[in-house]
Amino acid sequence: MKKYIADLTVTNNTQLNSKHHLLELKATAPLPDMVPGQFVEVKVEGSETTYLRRPFSIHRVNRETNSLHLLIKVVGDGTAKLASIALGETVNVMFPLGKGFELTNNKQVLLVGGGCGVAPLYFLAEKLFEQGNQVNVLIGGRTSADILLDDQYAKFGKVYISTEDGSKGEKGMVTSHSILRSNTNNASDYTAPDDKLNGHFDKIYSCGPDGMMRAIAHYAELRNIPCEVSLENTMACGIGACLCCVVESNEGNVCVCTEGPVFDSKRLKGWTMETEVGCSLD
Amino acid sequence: MVNLGVKVHKLELKNPVMTASGTFGYGKEFDDFIDVNSLGGIIVKATTSKHREGNPYPRMAETPMGMLNAVGLQNKGIEYFVNEIYPKLTSYNTNVIANVSDSTIEGYVQVAEQMNKLDHIAGIELNISCPNVKEGGMAFGTSCPSAIAVTKAVREVYDKTLIVKLSPNVTSITEIALAVEEAGADAISLINTLLGMAINFETRKPVLSTVTGGLSGPAIKPVALRMVWQVAKAVKVPVIGLGGITTAADAIEFLLAGATAVQIGTANFIDPTTTVKVISGIENYLLRHNISSVNELIGALDC
Repeated sequence: MKKYIADLTVTNNTQLNSKHHLLELKATAPLPDMVPGQFVEVKVEGSETTYLRRPFSIHRVNRETNSLHLLIKVVGDGTAKLASIALGETVNVMFPLGKGFELTNNKQVLLVGGGCGVAPLYFLAEKLFEQGNQVNVLIGGRTSADILLDDQYAKFGKVYISTEDGSKGEKGMVTSHSILRSNTNNASDYTAPDDKLNGHFDKIYSCGPDGMMRAIAHYAELRNIPCEVSLENTMACGIGACLCCVVESNEGNVCVCTEGPVFDSKRLKGWTMETEVGCSLD
Repeated sequence: MVNLGVKVHKLELKNPVMTASGTFGYGKEFDDFIDVNSLGGIIVKATTSKHREGNPYPRMAETPMGMLNAVGLQNKGIEYFVNEIYPKLTSYNTNVIANVSDSTIEGYVQVAEQMNKLDHIAGIELNISCPNVKEGGMAFGTSCPSAIAVTKAVREVYDKTLIVKLSPNVTSITEIALAVEEAGADAISLINTLLGMAINFETRKPVLSTVTGGLSGPAIKPVALRMVWQVAKAVKVPVIGLGGITTAADAIEFLLAGATAVQIGTANFIDPTTTVKVISGIENYLLRHNISSVNELIGALDC
């Protein structure tokens, strides 16, 4: 997939909560084909401590307005500068980068996001819906303020929410939500029919905190459900030149920016069931 | 029309701008953004005698105007290079130079022997300056006897242009430069990264898995410029300057300090089109100053 570099114009900047902004960036040339799960590298201007570009998942591609939407979490000075950018300003963006999610057709799919990890899920839910899948979106956070853009997914499927304090949706970790609950943890017993979903999904997609994704991957593996996870290692180049963002896979160290950021969870070393898993959302 | 062509030993460069090893992959990573053939040359990612996994993540820390890396020479080894990577490099119509590293002299020699058989590899750059490996790498480039030993050994098996890449992590850069020149280097490139470190003060842990790593980017440019100036005065062979070059102005400063050519490194990560912008900037500078050849800038520092 050909990569581009271009100055995009900020046409919208909406603050979602204390830490998150949604930027809409309009291109002059028609946007190329992009796949959910791919990302962009944004050059940050005006931040003395920000030398490298910042990677962001593609949140949404709006073909009507020819714009890209990015979900920005303020972490340091660079993301703070981006979050405070004024309408009409331009940002230099490299796109689309990396390998995205493998899209299924006409299946029962579950998308699990935590915190800023919901960033690629809008684009993913939209495409999965277009391809005839039954889309289920499960979003988790500490409190209701951490649940981002949940109303946006309703047009593509069912939305489920977990908060640790119970202020929205079910109380508890995203990984203990009732739609994941099944009568048994034993995969061989699992085929028992039930009137509820009870964890019956053909494919699971996940993006969020490392512990959450590992727990979801474990859950999927136990039930023999294919599971893709989207990683967010620190990066420099974003195009496979610097070899800084590697993750340990079954074939050795591979670049998250070119081999990922989306991986089949079974390809990642240490992500299989023997590994102890824990889950914390932040 | 101005002449941008320079000569580094036997290498004819259409312009003095090359890419630094480890910052430009094998060229193909940049094909979408620039015409790689428009560059004076590309120096591809280091190759060692055997497959190396490199260091564990995290390998990178952003720093003021630069970055630390601790990649640790991750590559699939010379055999894979010859069979899988080299065939893809032969379509480039520019100088393709291979960076050669290892942990033993025998390993360096083994890689250089293989590289010598490859027609489209115009020269090799001997990496005796990588700070991120436990054995070899920088250890060879920080003492004169070992720098001489590895350069001599490779010189015996390598017929084409042999560039030796120096480490700045030494007390006297000119001593090492003179030593490798004497040992048979056809050209000298400098500087590799400066040994540095980053700490996460909240967790009280080092940022890099290896604790220390190599600093690159604009932060190191003044150090690189000074060392290029010192070495260019001391040696007779051509000098290739690198270290934080981001703009045409930076590149011209290195030429004035005595470099015959330059390499763009870390700047490729921030703007993959940096190299072609530097080339057109040098051309504009020559036109603006009514200089007919870039060679008139080399070592033309008024001092």
